[in-house]
Amino acid sequence: MNIEVEVNGVGYSRDIEPRMLLVHFLRDEIGLTGTHWGCDTTNCGTCVVWMDEVPVKSCTVLAAMAAGHSVRTVEDLEQNGTLDPVQQGFMEMHGLQCGFCTPGMMMTARWLLDHNPDPSEMEIREAISGQICRCTGYENIVRAIRWAAEHSGEPADKAGEVMA
Amino acid sequence: MTAVSDTETTIGFGRVLRKEDVRFLRGKGNYVDDIKLPGMLHGAVLRSPYAHAKIVSINTAAAEAHPKVRAVVTGKLLETLNLAWIPSLSHDVIAVLATDKVRYQGQEVAFVVADDRYAARDALELIEVEYEVLPAVIDAKTALDPSSALIRDDIEGKSDNHIFDWDCGDQEETDQVFDQAEVVVKQEMLYPRVHPAPMETCGAVADMDPISGKLTIWSTTQAPHAHRTLYALVAGLPEHKLRVVSPDIGGGFGNKVGIYPGYVLAVVGSILTKRPVKWMEDRSENLMSTSFARDYHMSGEIAATKDGKILGLRVHVLADHGAFNNTAQPTKFPAGFFHIFSGSYDLRSAYCQVTGVYTNKAPGGVAYACSFRVTEAVYLVERMVDCLAQELKMDPAELRMRNLLKPEQFPYLSPTGWEYDSGDYPRALRLAMDIAGYETLRQEQAEKRAKGELMGIGVSFFTETVGAGPKKHMDILGLGMADGCDVRVHPTGKAVVRLSVQTQGQGHETTFAQIVSEVTGIPIADIEVVHGDTDSTPFGLGTYGSRSTPVSGAACAIASQRVRDKARIIAAAMLECSPEDLEWESGRWFVKGDPSSGKTIQEIALAAHGPLELPDGVEGHLDGQCVYDPPNLTYPFGAYICVVDIDKDTGKVNVRRFIAVDDCGPRINPMIVEGQVHGGLADGVGMALMEAIAFDEEGNCLGGSFMDYLLPTSLECPSWETGQTVTPSPHHPLGLKGVGESATVGSPPAVVNAIIDALSVYGVRHADMPFTPAQVWRTIVGSPMRTDMAFK
Amino acid sequence: MQVPAPVDYERALSLDHAIELLERYGPDAKIIAGGHSLLPMMKLRLLQPEVLIDLNNVTDLGYIKVESNEMRIGALTRHSELLESPIVSEHFPIISEAERVIADPVVRNRGTVGGSLCQADPSEDLAAVFSALKASVVLRGSKGTRVVPVREFHSGPYSTVIDPGEILTEIRVSLSSPCGSAYKKVERRVGDWAIAAVGVVLRVSNSRADDVGIGLTAVGAEHYCAYEAEEFLVGKELSEETINECARIAAENCNPSADQRGPVDYKRHLVEVLTFRALGKAVARCKGGSQ
Repeated sequence: MNIEVEVNGVGYSRDIEPRMLLVHFLRDEIGLTGTHWGCDTTNCGTCVVWMDEVPVKSCTVLAAMAAGHSVRTVEDLEQNGTLDPVQQGFMEMHGLQCGFCTPGMMMTARWLLDHNPDPSEMEIREAISGQICRCTGYENIVRAIRWAAEHSGEPADKAGEVMA
Repeated sequence: MTAVSDTETTIGFGRVLRKEDVRFLRGKGNYVDDIKLPGMLHGAVLRSPYAHAKIVSINTAAAEAHPKVRAVVTGKLLETLNLAWIPSLSHDVIAVLATDKVRYQGQEVAFVVADDRYAARDALELIEVEYEVLPAVIDAKTALDPSSALIRDDIEGKSDNHIFDWDCGDQEETDQVFDQAEVVVKQEMLYPRVHPAPMETCGAVADMDPISGKLTIWSTTQAPHAHRTLYALVAGLPEHKLRVVSPDIGGGFGNKVGIYPGYVLAVVGSILTKRPVKWMEDRSENLMSTSFARDYHMSGEIAATKDGKILGLRVHVLADHGAFNNTAQPTKFPAGFFHIFSGSYDLRSAYCQVTGVYTNKAPGGVAYACSFRVTEAVYLVERMVDCLAQELKMDPAELRMRNLLKPEQFPYLSPTGWEYDSGDYPRALRLAMDIAGYETLRQEQAEKRAKGELMGIGVSFFTETVGAGPKKHMDILGLGMADGCDVRVHPTGKAVVRLSVQTQGQGHETTFAQIVSEVTGIPIADIEVVHGDTDSTPFGLGTYGSRSTPVSGAACAIASQRVRDKARIIAAAMLECSPEDLEWESGRWFVKGDPSSGKTIQEIALAAHGPLELPDGVEGHLDGQCVYDPPNLTYPFGAYICVVDIDKDTGKVNVRRFIAVDDCGPRINPMIVEGQVHGGLADGVGMALMEAIAFDEEGNCLGGSFMDYLLPTSLECPSWETGQTVTPSPHHPLGLKGVGESATVGSPPAVVNAIIDALSVYGVRHADMPFTPAQVWRTIVGSPMRTDMAFK
Repeated sequence: MQVPAPVDYERALSLDHAIELLERYGPDAKIIAGGHSLLPMMKLRLLQPEVLIDLNNVTDLGYIKVESNEMRIGALTRHSELLESPIVSEHFPIISEAERVIADPVVRNRGTVGGSLCQADPSEDLAAVFSALKASVVLRGSKGTRVVPVREFHSGPYSTVIDPGEILTEIRVSLSSPCGSAYKKVERRVGDWAIAAVGVVLRVSNSRADDVGIGLTAVGAEHYCAYEAEEFLVGKELSEETINECARIAAENCNPSADQRGPVDYKRHLVEVLTFRALGKAVARCKGGSQ
């Protein structure tokens, strides 16, 4: 079937099998491999993207179901060469190690901060509780999201410019 | 919740943000499943539904007829290529695809190559396999019974499920110590089967170029060089035509050390179809068939005086290795480094005996940040010390303090032959107790107990042995455990360092640049780390067992030192003086007594590539190489304290606090070291509370998905409290010891000791992990369960 | 990774359209809403429907409103919407408390209330909640609409009385009955299915229980309901003693089976503990006068 999906503000039209999972559409069909896959049972949250402005696990949504809807992925966090404060926070606070869960974590974090700009440690822990990280023990992810909360609205710093 | 110091460094050791982050943050990492080659096909593996069954027939006709299928591979086909069986990492064999029978649930039976991954999966359903189900051997404790089914009838003359017996220590002397001891405490315990479960599953893309004959394998491997050599040996492929690339790896933890059948099948698929073939596991395949860890049934005994002087330790281990002996460890040591089980204590004598058995379960045993089974050793000794404390009615911290090795005893030769390099153990334990407020916690506990509430405080002290290892003692399949490193300084003073080890998240691109920077003074930002590609890096055995910093880090330090030494000669030629007249300050050689007269490393690099006349025998350019054969292992250590609250009616455990004091020698990048510790502490909470792979009587795996194999989330983990002491290693060129696995090794007994401490009011001395609410409640009511079997 | 078998896709544009599609494709069609139970089962190939009828664009099925002294929840309402609803938190702490521990926040963004009930997982939290609330579900098909009590809707593990041509469109909960409610669940880990969970709804007059709803999940209770315990408590004074006895009866009459979440004796024990706690909480809420 043919579907049209808006991803990161760009319209994509593809012929796909109706059973194709959204995560595979993003990764294999339109080449956005920043969204990862980690389990078959909707438990790990590695594949979290936004659909219609809400974080969802893209392994448990059919691409066909996303037709006519908008999807946002990690590739859209950086705007005009400026890292999102969440991205900067993950770097500043060492909120990532292998980087595999990171895109999903950051998409949830961005959504949390959009709805709760000053979350407590517990609110952050609850928000990311459907997403597994095997590297960080979560501590630095929590710190990273707090960093982003405290640095929202600031101009881009070196993380976006020098290190890139 | 406090972060490490915000002061950042640009040269050498200290906190610096990670170089690799800039791509990961943008979703621009390059993991194996991100690789897409022109014409690439996709493979899928058909697996056994049974734990033990004879294969009567396999019919692949319908699968082959599927319009998108390009090849179907069975064990019979592999036999014609001499690839049905390949050597294991422990002088056994493993089946790539089963030919005669299947020996565990999830074992590989057939392989399909198709145009896309969906079609490959569909075709699996079209393969008809007729099985004749055999009785399965599931309980390691009965594996050696004569009535148990024979699993390895493929081995000529094999009549039982016995793999090996191995012992270490002085049995006679230890028996004497026990005979004369005032107090002996015995305890059986299980370290259950757990799984590293990295977020990225295992997979490979194989691309055989039919014209050049060059085979490139991108795979999830922690040891690309070792893999290349093994592929050459196994498949008879010429090693110079083999290139193994380990791109970004989504976590390893020991899961990605070995060569799995899927990798070999991707290669076979590419050879057969003359196209690139990708194979990626699903999560169940990862949990059910790739390297698990532990599965050690341990029977420990500890001997002491009445006043708490520990004298001896004795242990028998029944080691469940699954259907093939495929543990990854140095050849000489079939039980890994378990024989460091005397731990951090000054005791007279220790003896261990290990029996390895086959069962109808997935093979493995050494994985999951275990430092070659130091996890099991530390768990054993730290539980035994707590059992002794309970018997003697002594505080477990005090009992430890009384028996810890003292700083002046280092280097210390252990009863089982280890030479501990350096340590100040009492200082680390005191610091952990101070951070925890140990006395106050004990008071709080007493008050809670008076009210009938369950609170527990658990202490553990661990000594790691990492950085394997000296070539004279250690090899894997004949490959010595040394690592190479090349440092090359370009004419403009920028440098590239090539490593044999491979990061899976440990931050090598940053920390190895820091090592080069520390020694040469070149800014960290000016140093590029190249790793993971066997065509562009020197040989070495890879990253596992916390060995990157102690082995490859030493190679890197020495190669950098050689650059600096050569720079001195070149600077002397530039300044027209003798090298001996020069003195080093970070990044610059200058004339002794005349600091204004000197040359920076960047100036020297340019001159090294220019027309400058150099002394006889000194070649141009500014490079350094090293192959490092470590003289000894390194011995990081730490003191951990865990505080738990338990709901006695539901059995639910809450880990309230966790204090971790680690000593891994000097810290290259304290931010990264702290992150490594955090991750390992979460592992400990996971193993103690929820992670376990059990089997039912038929051999069905009960932990085959993330619905069943539970990993800790942000809500089970407390906000970690960390501290450090620094005791350099005397034999590492920079004093570094390694830290990757310390917390995974040290934390499980701290959590378990805390839980048992809380439950001791019921007279409980031990029960096995994981302490799910059910296990806690069953322990309270006096009937703890076996956590390796189906609950009844 | 695991992927579903081939399937066709139809997008329903309205409820009538969805019913028409169901009629057209017959029993081999499946309604997909959140898909968070259906798609994992399709990936495991335990379910291989021929057609999926996507209900997600029938957005007028997502609502929480008060009508005829009932709270009416549209079947397409997401868990997160239920959790955030002021109507729910004001009147039904049992629902809010359950929603807080259903799966995880991201799953709750997508999973629907109707889907959860139709899946009829033996460990479903909302089934116990709505059983305790004595709620009803509205089923609509081409032949008309029927209202079925939740306690008659589930007919066993993964099975309901819904006809192949019907769609669950709404859940109705009376606003007049409860004065106190609570939900208590123990799980091995956040996001896991319940080892056992208990929901309680009470109406009290003159410190006696005159209406009692006790829902159980994950312990093999028929219709997710503790009938014997309810029956015992009705008309009784709500003392610690009666609550204790009620909890004991609930535990005695449930029918848990052993799995890696726990052995039978533990699950039964847990039902007793959680029933006691949920009743205690509900009683306190009754006394507090506020929900």
